Amino acid sequence: MIKTEIAVIGGGPAGLCAAIEGTKAGAKVLVIDENSKPGGQLFKQIHKFFGSREHQAGVRGFQIGEKLLEQSRELEIEVWLNSEVCGLDSDKNLWVVRDKKESIKVIAERVIIATGAVENSIYFPGWDLPGVMGAGAAQTMININRVLPGKKVLMVGSGNVGVIVSYQLLQAGAEVVAVVDAAPKLGGYGVHTAKVCRAGVPFYTSHTILKAWGSECVEGAVIVRLDNSWNPVTGSEKFLDVDTICIATGLTPLSELAWMAGCKFEFIPELGGHVPLHDRFMETTVSGIYVAGDISGIEEASTAMDEGRIAGVNAAASLGYIDDDKRKKMTEKLWKRLNSLRCGPFGEKRKSSKDRLLTFRGEA
Amino acid sequence: MTDTLKTLGYPSLDELKSTPGYPGEDIQKKGPVAIIECIEEIPCNPCETSCPAGAIKVGDPITNLPRLIANKCRGCGRCVAACPGLAIYIKDYTYSAEKALITFPYEYFPLPQKGDRVIAVNRRGKPVCEGEIMEVKLLGSYNKTPLVSMAYPREFFEEVVSIKRLEGEG
Repeated sequence: MIKTEIAVIGGGPAGLCAAIEGTKAGAKVLVIDENSKPGGQLFKQIHKFFGSREHQAGVRGFQIGEKLLEQSRELEIEVWLNSEVCGLDSDKNLWVVRDKKESIKVIAERVIIATGAVENSIYFPGWDLPGVMGAGAAQTMININRVLPGKKVLMVGSGNVGVIVSYQLLQAGAEVVAVVDAAPKLGGYGVHTAKVCRAGVPFYTSHTILKAWGSECVEGAVIVRLDNSWNPVTGSEKFLDVDTICIATGLTPLSELAWMAGCKFEFIPELGGHVPLHDRFMETTVSGIYVAGDISGIEEASTAMDEGRIAGVNAAASLGYIDDDKRKKMTEKLWKRLNSLRCGPFGEKRKSSKDRLLTFRGEA
Repeated sequence: MTDTLKTLGYPSLDELKSTPGYPGEDIQKKGPVAIIECIEEIPCNPCETSCPAGAIKVGDPITNLPRLIANKCRGCGRCVAACPGLAIYIKDYTYSAEKALITFPYEYFPLPQKGDRVIAVNRRGKPVCEGEIMEVKLLGSYNKTPLVSMAYPREFFEEVVSIKRLEGEG
């Protein structure tokens, strides 16, 4: 049995920032991550981030990851890797399995859940063939493991994940045969679609994948046009010569631990599904349990980092490490930064959904 | 008015011309100038902060579209490397009597080399004409985004935005 003041579950952008703020304030923090390396998805994000200077715009995701790791090392934050949190109760007892062999109980005074999200799947004949994978999986293969999953790729989904990974597959030397989206309009930022487009990749809106085929692995795919009611139009099928099919149809918050601990949830489709209710300080309905990053609604690394900081500051403050005045100032400053990322036609939808989430706690 | 950005993926000239970052034809033909193809209000402003001449304004909120103040732009290209969306290039209509020059971001291996004859493409990636690589530049401040300068026939001035990716290992 081990005791800690703040346990952070997940060492991605949100978790690391939470740990950094908590430690800077003086709290004893333990970061627990199931992966062999910390940093979450940052190290596969080889593109430059948007935002302003304070959001580290123009810096590539992996470079931001390196900075966070360096800061964590300087602060001597304890990080357990290859460690899965398998259980969490409302008294903040964690059941951790290390290296798949050692079972440890961790008792924390505060818990910050920053577990991120999981990719959604869609189902079609042939979806279980080797060569069909999440876009995020393909991104891990090319940017972390330097393995090209295939030469000719069909991307299903044109949101930012779909178009960013399409671009990175091109950079890695693959051909992207098509990007399809079931919606009548493309989902991702126009600057992303434009750069993929000028590389010669065709986009098909109101199209979806009908099936994939192959004996041992993907050897081809059929896409089909959808009518106004999203039904396939017979006769509009197109055969594509592809060996890889990437699915980029959204993400769902990884929220099992918050359910287990008894946090209250709300279903908000714009944020990816069921999300734990939380207040402006990122505290859930279970006292002392906080959330940050994609688990509290699907957004992006820049917002995850600031949410993590809010959670870290407030968890530490609730332990007496930061006085109330300073806590409020720091929180408001971070909220200002978050709001600047949540404006414009893309951000506003997320902001209004996030605001809606706060109304359930009477805080809008 | 044809809008293509959200259906085909690339911005049409109509869409571009309605934004404050896309200079008018007279300005484009006067000399080297930044052409900003940013038509959606996303929270982003490195173009503004990278410009040493104060020729790009985003302001507050940072979702404002970048506005080009053309008479201040010296065509230095810092914004080209700074734009996370790779949505800016420098074009110079006055490069020579027959040729224009475009400087664009290019994040693919292998990189073209000076003197290479390449295929210039339009916003849809379709081949338009032949071009000649005049310079490939990668400064530390570009943070791994090389800038490629290519001369190409003036008649395709507005259409050309990049090159067909080169074959081979990086």
